[in-house]
Amino acid sequence: MATVNEGTTKGTMNYTPFHPRWYRPHVSVYWWLGEWHYLKFILRELSSVAVAFFVIETLFMLSALHDGAEAYAHFQQVMRNPLMILLNVVSFLFVFFHTITWFNLAPSAMPIRMGGKRVPGALIAAPSYVAWVIVSAFVCWLVLR
Amino acid sequence: MAKPSNEAFFWMLFSAGGVVAAMLIPVQLFLFFIAFPLGWLQAPSYDYLLALARNPLVRIYLFILCSLPLFHWAHRFRYTLYDGLKVKHLTGLIFVLCYGGAVLGTVIAAYLLWTI
Repeated sequence: MATVNEGTTKGTMNYTPFHPRWYRPHVSVYWWLGEWHYLKFILRELSSVAVAFFVIETLFMLSALHDGAEAYAHFQQVMRNPLMILLNVVSFLFVFFHTITWFNLAPSAMPIRMGGKRVPGALIAAPSYVAWVIVSAFVCWLVLR
Repeated sequence: MAKPSNEAFFWMLFSAGGVVAAMLIPVQLFLFFIAFPLGWLQAPSYDYLLALARNPLVRIYLFILCSLPLFHWAHRFRYTLYDGLKVKHLTGLIFVLCYGGAVLGTVIAAYLLWTI
């Protein structure tokens, strides 16, 4: 250390102090492909792309509703395209995956204790599933009646 | 880049959007973008849907359905880009694009629902 100070006070650093190399293992860009847990994590995060895609479609639908019956009929025709159907089926699977993982995360995110014992995770997640069924049924009723 | 103090705010938006997306998007997507186009269910008429969309409560519902999930997307997508694809050097740009997109979508939703 004394030699380093000497070097700085002189204002010239004509030598390289010993510095061990950092231990930084190289991580591949595809690190998440190897193991199911990592892949599941990335798929869960990518479900957000399906969420954004759904919102964009919904905005187009509202725009068509806004523009009139003819524009809406055209929108419906576009949505009947097999490619759109395929995209939407894939999106549905992703969004469904989001719902399941989101509800099942609640017991870990906010564990509840009762009488000194931890309430089982299934009991914390259950109300979310019940609410999901009720809300979905209500939306169906409102749209289809 | 977001300051650490802002992180809680963005996390709240992410969390609220996650709940809305989990609860509402499966049924909405299934009905409007799978079942109706495939003819599995009788699609409601244009007039009925327009009347529905003009209902004040449904307008609020649709605004929430469009806006919050976009902020949920913005949060998840930017961290997927940071961690999954390891593009940490573009943090600022990604942040602006993700949240800019969410704000833009929210403004479009507000405009459409206001004038529908």
